Amino acid sequence: MATETMPLMKAINAGLRKALEEDPKTLLMGEDVGRLGGVFRVTDGLYKDFGEERVVDTPLAESGIVGTAIGLALRGYRPILEIQFDGFVYPAFDQITTQLAKMHARALGKLRMPVTIRMPYGGGIGSVEHHSESPEAYFAHTAGLRVVSPSDSSDAYWMLQQAVRSDDPVLYLEPKRRYWQKGALDTAAEPSIGLHQARVHRPFEGDAPADLTLIAYGPMVKTCLDAAAAAAAEGRRLEVVDLRSISPIDFDTVQACVEASGRALVVHEAPVFGAIGGEVAARITERCFYSLEAPVLRVGGYHAPYPPAKAEEEYLPGVDRVLEAVDRSMAY
Amino acid sequence: MTTKSSSVRAGGKGARGGGRRRTGSTAPASGRPATEAAELVQLLTPEGERAEHPDYSIDLTPEQLRDRYRDMVMVRRFDGEAVTLQRQGELGLWASLLGQEAAQIGSARAMRPDDYVFPTYREHGVAWCRDVDPLTLMGMFRGVSHGGWDPNENNFHLYTIVIGSQTLHAVGYAMGIAKDGADAAVTAYFGDGASSQGDVSEAFNFASVYNSPVVFFCQNNQWAISEPTERQFRVPLYQRAAGFGFPGVRVDGNDVLAVEAVTRWALDHARSGGGPVLVEAYTYRMGAHTTTDDPSRYRLSAEQEQWKLKDPIARLKALLTREGIADHDWFETVDAEAEQLAKRLRDGVRSMPNPEPSSLIFDNVYTEPHALVDEERAAYRRFAESLADAEQEGGR
Repeated sequence: MATETMPLMKAINAGLRKALEEDPKTLLMGEDVGRLGGVFRVTDGLYKDFGEERVVDTPLAESGIVGTAIGLALRGYRPILEIQFDGFVYPAFDQITTQLAKMHARALGKLRMPVTIRMPYGGGIGSVEHHSESPEAYFAHTAGLRVVSPSDSSDAYWMLQQAVRSDDPVLYLEPKRRYWQKGALDTAAEPSIGLHQARVHRPFEGDAPADLTLIAYGPMVKTCLDAAAAAAAEGRRLEVVDLRSISPIDFDTVQACVEASGRALVVHEAPVFGAIGGEVAARITERCFYSLEAPVLRVGGYHAPYPPAKAEEEYLPGVDRVLEAVDRSMAY
Repeated sequence: MTTKSSSVRAGGKGARGGGRRRTGSTAPASGRPATEAAELVQLLTPEGERAEHPDYSIDLTPEQLRDRYRDMVMVRRFDGEAVTLQRQGELGLWASLLGQEAAQIGSARAMRPDDYVFPTYREHGVAWCRDVDPLTLMGMFRGVSHGGWDPNENNFHLYTIVIGSQTLHAVGYAMGIAKDGADAAVTAYFGDGASSQGDVSEAFNFASVYNSPVVFFCQNNQWAISEPTERQFRVPLYQRAAGFGFPGVRVDGNDVLAVEAVTRWALDHARSGGGPVLVEAYTYRMGAHTTTDDPSRYRLSAEQEQWKLKDPIARLKALLTREGIADHDWFETVDAEAEQLAKRLRDGVRSMPNPEPSSLIFDNVYTEPHALVDEERAAYRRFAESLADAEQEGGR
């Protein structure tokens, strides 16, 4: 098939369709994923084509969705769940962290939990409370879970295939503010990059090392690429590492980049304290101590509940906050 | 799977009659707990006499009756041995099933091999019936594993310790059975304390909405550690099923015959497309919650004495004796067999090797390699080897 250009959410839809076609044991489960096609229409058309046994509208109970998916997985099914919004995942937190994540280990490897949890996350869409959160650190902190987040259409499609095929539970975080961002997708050729490998973007001329390494994932990849483009216009060379995976993190790629550039800035929407940025900064310090020209800096959300929509642009990292932090790093 | 069979779910109609009684639509007039007053299904009185019930009956052969007795004696004996082993420091903890033998043996013997069981951490009698070696159970409480048996070998899931979580797994499994078109059923064990957990309500609701083949088997042993049932619910548990749209039955949990009869009916109901059933086995936790507990701080021994009179093993023994199904010599043989089991377990626990820590900690976190786990496993091994080297050199 030729390469198509499509919005990220359509790529997820195509990816779900492929997963349902390829393995009769896959199921979609969630609130409003059937007749409605999901509140964002990500599952649009799948109920009609695969029926209510494969695309299962559930009662409105997140713990119940994850808990019953565990039982279905024990019976040999491969459930793909939707948690409708990031802020609604907490009723399922116990089933995810206490049951789903630990099942394989506590069964000494005799049970497997091939469950994919899709969840739109992050802000920037002007929504009400509890619809804009970034809870990824809670899950990355939990052994037994894999946590990934695509940032473009091709990754959205192919990382979903890899997540669904995995026999481990995978939290697949969808950058909801980028649902409508268009990108190229070749559904015929699976990229050689693995689910947990980072991808490096070097949007500047020449082969010389970057002046600084921006490290991001999900919705902040585009923000960082925009920042890099703005910096390039001023002659500053910023490379962008799209982590793609938050558990595990491809520290080898991060290390190679930062050893060359000597400067790193981690960007995510989640509040900075106790989050992925701190973990990345600590690892860079351990691995690249003698290469560093400046402390690793972080830009992210504030240690405050996600604000009402009219203030979210101030709360979320944007190009200007990224470039201001770049300036601070370069000043060392 | 999504078949709507409201006539069945509304009141157990079409099964064996008596639906009104089972769904128990009468709420206690005073609003106070009416636990004692509610009707129990009973087929064997505490005195060991057979009793009739309009809706439930069971016809076990003499051999089956002896088997049920033997099961209960063996289970009580190894349970007691585990308590002793904990006192001797061989086990870290034990959750005794003392007093609940009939509830567990009766329900477990009602199941077929292709049925699937989701237990709590106290279902040693059910484990026994599913051929899980008690030594493996004891290994879990000793701390060599978090379970150690292969759940799919005996269709017996690992013990779940977080209260109520397994009821949702049971429903999911039952949803899968229905999707497969199989005619098996699932039993979800839980207790009176778990009935307060949100997961249990969600499990009831999912099971009802999807008409899943699952039996919710609640052992109401009257105490959630130190909290009496008045602190858990205000309406008798079995009546809760009606609100979710499926039948609920309260059975004398110390009567192995009634428990088996009711559970058989419930499993048949579930298997034949009738949807979920709630069975409340009304029983009593004769021992402590676990070996760390001290019931003398919160309940009167007089209560325990009252329940002793309803002992599940004594009443079956009385029946076997009265009806000439077993004699003194046979009872002695069973006791001797139980002692042999206890000795095997005692020796097995005392000689149980510790697991190799590196593989126990790191090997099954994920099914496929995970960079962080690999890195930490390697770091742990380097550290452990450095300690071993230092020890060899006579250092620290």
